[in-house]
Amino acid sequence: MNTMDPLLLSLVTFFPVVGAVLILALPRGGKNSVRWVALGASGVTFLISLIVLARFDLQDPELQLVTRLPWIRVAGWTIEYHLGIDGLSLLLVLLTTLLTPISILSTWTAVEDRVGEFMAFFLLLETGMVGVFLAQDLFLFYVFWEFTLVPMYFLIGIWGGPRRIYAALKFFLYTMAGSILMLLAILWLALEAGTFSVPDLAAQGGIPPQAQTWLFLAFAAAFAIKVPMWPLHSWLPDAHVEAPTAGSVILAGVLLKMGTYGFLRFNLPLFPEASMRFAPWIALLAVIGILYGAAVSYAQRDVKKLVAFSSVSHLGFVMLGLFALNPQGIQGGILQMVNHGLSTGALFLIVGMIYERRHTREIDAFGGLWKVMPVFAALTLIVTLSSMGLPGLNGFVGEFTILLGAFGSQAVGSGWYAGLAALGVILAAIYMLYMFQKIFLGPTDKPENQMLKDLNAREVITLIPLIVLIFWIGLYPKPFFDLMAPSVDRLVAALQSASLALR
Amino acid sequence: MAAQDLSATLPLLLLTGWACALMLLDAFIPAERKGLTAGLAALGIVAAFGALAPRFGQTTEAFDGMLVVDGFASFLDVVFLGSGLLGIALAYDYLKRMGIERGEYYSLLLFSICGMMLMGRAADLIIVFLALELLSIPLYVLSGFAVPRLESEEAALKYFLLGAFATGFVVYGIALTYGALGSTRMEAIVETVRSGAALPGLLPVGMGLILIGLGFKVAAVPFHMWTPDVYQGAPSSVTAFMSVGAKAGGFAALLRLLISALPDLAVAWAPAAAWISALTMVWANFAAIAQPNVKRMLAYSSIAHAGYILMALAASASSEVAPQAASAALFYLAAYAVTNLGAWGVVLSMEKQEGAGLSIDDYAGLGLRRPGLALAMTAFMLSLTGVPPTIGFVGKFFLFRAAIEAGLVWLALIGVVTSLVSAYYYLRVVVVMYMRPGEPEARSERWLSAGLGLAAVATVVFGILPGPLLALAERAGLMALVP
Repeated sequence: MNTMDPLLLSLVTFFPVVGAVLILALPRGGKNSVRWVALGASGVTFLISLIVLARFDLQDPELQLVTRLPWIRVAGWTIEYHLGIDGLSLLLVLLTTLLTPISILSTWTAVEDRVGEFMAFFLLLETGMVGVFLAQDLFLFYVFWEFTLVPMYFLIGIWGGPRRIYAALKFFLYTMAGSILMLLAILWLALEAGTFSVPDLAAQGGIPPQAQTWLFLAFAAAFAIKVPMWPLHSWLPDAHVEAPTAGSVILAGVLLKMGTYGFLRFNLPLFPEASMRFAPWIALLAVIGILYGAAVSYAQRDVKKLVAFSSVSHLGFVMLGLFALNPQGIQGGILQMVNHGLSTGALFLIVGMIYERRHTREIDAFGGLWKVMPVFAALTLIVTLSSMGLPGLNGFVGEFTILLGAFGSQAVGSGWYAGLAALGVILAAIYMLYMFQKIFLGPTDKPENQMLKDLNAREVITLIPLIVLIFWIGLYPKPFFDLMAPSVDRLVAALQSASLALR
Repeated sequence: MAAQDLSATLPLLLLTGWACALMLLDAFIPAERKGLTAGLAALGIVAAFGALAPRFGQTTEAFDGMLVVDGFASFLDVVFLGSGLLGIALAYDYLKRMGIERGEYYSLLLFSICGMMLMGRAADLIIVFLALELLSIPLYVLSGFAVPRLESEEAALKYFLLGAFATGFVVYGIALTYGALGSTRMEAIVETVRSGAALPGLLPVGMGLILIGLGFKVAAVPFHMWTPDVYQGAPSSVTAFMSVGAKAGGFAALLRLLISALPDLAVAWAPAAAWISALTMVWANFAAIAQPNVKRMLAYSSIAHAGYILMALAASASSEVAPQAASAALFYLAAYAVTNLGAWGVVLSMEKQEGAGLSIDDYAGLGLRRPGLALAMTAFMLSLTGVPPTIGFVGKFFLFRAAIEAGLVWLALIGVVTSLVSAYYYLRVVVVMYMRPGEPEARSERWLSAGLGLAAVATVVFGILPGPLLALAERAGLMALVP
């Protein structure tokens, strides 16, 4: 054990704040210095997260690198500053710290207005997101969870598209509507159990079934809106379409995962019996989301909207996997969270690149781009195939494992869910290929498209790390599964003992 | 006068004497140097702080138990004096700019603070009445301070008439209580109720009237009608102070009365408090949505926050929860004071002659023009909404805790849902500041900026590290109880 270890998680959480403060302290006007500071701060954060990875013990299912200090002591309550990492959160932290510098790089020329504020908000957002994945105290978690709303609200509202104010407000109010119910549940839980500590609460157990139902629903309200699960998804297309590219990447790549992660970290271990009982219902909503998201994606004329709705479909898979409540399902779910972050993050980057050139996202405005922008087309093809789950790329591994888990799941109780979800894979192929064909194939018949420049080095660099990972996970996913397996097994064991109690 | 009488009232005596002396002194201070008066008034408050310090948090009775100084009173003293200090900082530049700079302003402010501090100490209904008048009358005068501006005169008259009406309720209630018990001591009320003897029918009526009168003072629905007009018409610097001080004063009396004197009558008043709380939160938050004027919006917001604090009163009916509920209410009063004074500080920097610059649309473009000011306002708006990491979030968190602990989950649910509604109108200010183009003119005046900057820092710092303040409020909540 290194002496630095207990500090590592605090460092990875709060280092971006250092960057944000630095940016605000910089003299106004130096746009490039601001960009470099932001990139540097998020880059260092990524490096710190790699040190976390290096220090992570693969065999240990428990929380690691724990920092636990009393924060607020009042009226019989101890609220703690309690950070810890395990197999459930490690990959998501890495995803966050990877996507942030990539997003910052992607906005190098896209954001020219109020660059300092943009980057400061972006870095604050990173702190919030990493904090959500690391917090092991319900109060601390809630603080981070709500705090992410504020910078994202500004990112959409100031730098977004024409309907940005509407979208930003809708995003804020929708998400807050869910989280206030969770707040009440947190209070109730803490009053009953006398602690805010998530691992302690999970170990204590013993929440009566009746109460579990309500608590499960209150937590689920917050998380389901964030995921978003059908029918609570209607804020998502607006937020995505209006958000600036970097905002969309982070929104799809990380913020949505906060919802699925919430189910995984809180609903499953804290309310195991309720999770068992609700599993078929959640699976049903997930399958509806998969099919609905796919169908609506196909109907979109706007590429960004298409990608946004495809997220509803993909996140449906994640939810189906998590609530299969068996090792394959949950592992597949976690991996699919990462996959979706990579693929959809890359897709939003791609949409941003084309939008910067043409200032439109209408599918019909394009056609035959392959001839003009071959590098762009090739990279897009890889990402598209990954998103629709082609074997050999990451999406396949995640979706296949999820379907496997869901098919054999006792909790879900029927193979039909997996069967219908598999239909979603086919639909994904249809709408993704349709989009690709419309934009890149055929004759370059629009004069505006004939002069488009192919990607520059910076743009290629933003996509390369994602594409490397897309292949890596697709061809050799074992290291990724190894990272989460012990923690997932432990969680499933806990769920199984609860299911025995249920019978 | 015994030594302990003196020690318990020393800060009060000091402040009263200072306010009187200041009024005389002011006559000799030339009109262009009224800053001196403001400075002296601030010095008086600092001196009162100093007089408070040596016996802070200790429990003393004075004047045969008419006054009691305890943790509760001490905590409120800090809130009142702090608000006064901030109020002076915010007012000084504003009064000068608006051309209503007169020395009496500061003396009246000090008198009002005396009333509030007396209220925190009241252990006898007569003292409650005395304190109520002492805190209100200077505020009536201050509301009309912008004379001959008609709105200001109207506000003063309206406030005076309705205030007098409310005080009438209180006095009548006290009289009936005296008729029932032969005493106005809160202790006597407790004893009578505890003794199990048949309650004189006059007592509940008297108490009800007192509570209605105090309901006017804290601006709870349905006794809130005067609030938007008065808050809008009064000079903004007065509203800033009044919205914090008068409310805290009213709640000081309510908390003391309900928790220490009437715990055994909780069956009667707890449901009423819960319903008034719910009604206030719902009504005020929805009404605030429709307000295009910042002052009116903040007026409804101020009514809404009375509703949140009333939640703690409703929760305090169950005796195990009472200490937590009281300390939650106290902490929230402090949180609200800091945040709200800051928000009013921003309003003061934006206001121009003849009431211009008070529409929310006038804030367009502030984020670009005055990033510091806009950032501070954002912090205040988030804190009023109850979004972490601000002091307002911590405050609401503990209010909801008290409600849930007392089994009032439905009330907490109304609280969170109305908080969501409030996010809509608070965020509208943020939207306008950052997301709409505009050329706002905001003043940059030394004391004003210092005051609201301090409030902004406190809003965020106490949001992240609320521990010490919470601990203080916790002790204050315990001592509010008469054994």
